[in-house]
Amino acid sequence: MTSSATPNPSTLIRIEPSKGWVSLKLDELWAHRELLYFLTWRDVKVRYKQTALGILWAILQPVMMMVVFSLFFGKLGKMSSDGLPYAPWSLAGLVPWTFFAYGLAQSSGSLVGSQNLIKKVYFPRLVIPISSVLGGIVDFVISFAILLVMMPFFHLWPSVNIVWLPVFLLLAFVSSLGVGLWLSALNVEYRDIRYMVPFLTQFWMFATPIAYSSSLLDKYPVWKTLYGLNPLVGVVEGFRWALLGTHTRPGPMILVSALSAVLVLVSGAFYFRRMEKNFADRV
Amino acid sequence: MSDIAIRVENLGKMFRIGARRERYRTFRDALAGLWRRSGSGRRAATKPFWALKGVSFEIRRGEVVGVIGRNGAGKSTLLKVLSRITEPTEGFAEIHGRVGSLLEVGTGFHPELTGRENVFLNGAILGMHRAQIEARFDEIVAFAEIEEFLDTPVKHYSSGMYLRLAFAVAAHLEPEILVVDEVLAVGDAEFQKKCLGKMGEVSARGRTVLFVSHNMQAISTLTKRCLLLANGSCQALGPTEEIIACYLEGGVRAQRTYHAEPCGDHPNVTRVEVETSEPNGVHANGRPLRIKFEVHCPRAVRSGAFSFQIVDSLAQPVVHIWLFDSELPIFRTPGCHHLTCQIPKLRLYMGRFSIRTHLSQSYGGQHYETLDGICPFEVAMLYQHRSWPWQPGVCKYIEDALWSSSSQDAHGTVDNIWVAPPRS
Repeated sequence: MTSSATPNPSTLIRIEPSKGWVSLKLDELWAHRELLYFLTWRDVKVRYKQTALGILWAILQPVMMMVVFSLFFGKLGKMSSDGLPYAPWSLAGLVPWTFFAYGLAQSSGSLVGSQNLIKKVYFPRLVIPISSVLGGIVDFVISFAILLVMMPFFHLWPSVNIVWLPVFLLLAFVSSLGVGLWLSALNVEYRDIRYMVPFLTQFWMFATPIAYSSSLLDKYPVWKTLYGLNPLVGVVEGFRWALLGTHTRPGPMILVSALSAVLVLVSGAFYFRRMEKNFADRV
Repeated sequence: MSDIAIRVENLGKMFRIGARRERYRTFRDALAGLWRRSGSGRRAATKPFWALKGVSFEIRRGEVVGVIGRNGAGKSTLLKVLSRITEPTEGFAEIHGRVGSLLEVGTGFHPELTGRENVFLNGAILGMHRAQIEARFDEIVAFAEIEEFLDTPVKHYSSGMYLRLAFAVAAHLEPEILVVDEVLAVGDAEFQKKCLGKMGEVSARGRTVLFVSHNMQAISTLTKRCLLLANGSCQALGPTEEIIACYLEGGVRAQRTYHAEPCGDHPNVTRVEVETSEPNGVHANGRPLRIKFEVHCPRAVRSGAFSFQIVDSLAQPVVHIWLFDSELPIFRTPGCHHLTCQIPKLRLYMGRFSIRTHLSQSYGGQHYETLDGICPFEVAMLYQHRSWPWQPGVCKYIEDALWSSSSQDAHGTVDNIWVAPPRS
């Protein structure tokens, strides 16, 4: 390749100590989109290697949860499910939740897990947690397909609102990545995060209307809107609305969720970039 | 300015060492830190350590520069800063052009993926575009010689195959500036040669290369200029031969003679010195070598044996020389005994050697002491020029030999005798 040997005066890299908050360098991230693709592809490819059940795991997790929830909360607890059959209703919450929780778990440990890369090669570190969250898309698609297959058995048919579904998936992605950025950068410094994540995930699940309906809060509109500060509330309710046509139309609550998710993402990205200079030394 | 590829000014990198680095920080520490921050106790546990300090140099476009120095001199830190893996603490570096860094081969290889998949993954990690990898894919596979195993997960590869594939990807990276750290120190001799060849090719194509190695042979083959680092600062930058000489002198001088105190209850070696023919622990092949020992005997021992070995850089003993009490009764009187061993003509071939001593009673008796890796010295092929350059690793020693030839031509038979190699 003779072209690459010719000097290109435009590429001047200046290496110097950075101070305080630094730019996100999104252009550089864009330039590394192929790496992002390859790392995501690696995660997907490797995920179920040497497992007996393989890709079935992607289905088993949400489906088993659905069975347990339907039994205990639906049948025994008689929880409200917005007037819909409990099983598909809870699965519609579990599918985006599983995507979120998987992304959160993977991305929070991603930097420490990729220390061999971080210590040996330069690339925008943001690629690492982003690819970890993206890797969950495949599982999401599979479990989502199961949900679609299940719905007709309960005489449920998606309405035209389904076109909004990608927006809620994006919201789940943004929330997962936002929290993941914070936790992965913190994990480099404080290994406590590793022990905190399972607990946090569990806690978060109960703070999200998966087993129960957010209509429990209908009597307190202010609280319901504040409840939306948990971005997953918006994701789950939005999902159910778009897919099953529950009466949880996007309202102020979902707006609050979206704002909260974006805030977490932006702050997480800046925090991540600020800590990035220490990653190779501390990890 | 446009012919400068890398400009480094007063570059420094500080780490904090101390108890804090021993373990990971936890929230508890951070909370405790918050508590104490009002006082001044927080930083007290750590002390600054400068892995690099005040390093400045310039490298022109197309130059191949070696970086040498002892372990911990800051070589790897310098490369890490230049490859933007870690940030400097002070100073700056300017790099004109795209940098490709090879601090390790096979970074990001995943054992579960096949060879083919890993080529793409690794290429992307090293900064290649998919199209570039596709264009060079066949070349990479041919270089690595793993055609048949292309679709086997690399976890089933032999370590040699793994390294070959890893290096092959790296070798086909096409940056304007290449930063390489000791990656040639892998694989078998044959493959190392191939890698060296590839590196030579890269530099011949006018690429700027910064190359760290402990292999002086590789450094002197590949580079014209060298940077010597010591304790994090730049000691010298100049022609490779000079800098290597400077480095070797400094390195060996430290422990060229061995000293120990008399241990008291049994005989021990208190001093060993190798008197080389040249200064700074370099000995010319063919010259007499003298090794002096001092053995301390706290009390008379009925019988004793002393011997030493000359051990090469691969820890293989190549010479064994001994002295038994029956030959020279040194153990029979208490006190300090000076022994000198003279090797009239050292036949060892070029390389690095050290001494290993053994002190014991005669066969079957008590073992007193073994000293290993003391008094390092280097044998060089000095004052002997031959038309074929001396190459390392050809043999362990050179034997005197006598050649004769008998040739027939039109004028009859001519007999010749030639003594080889000609020795000074």
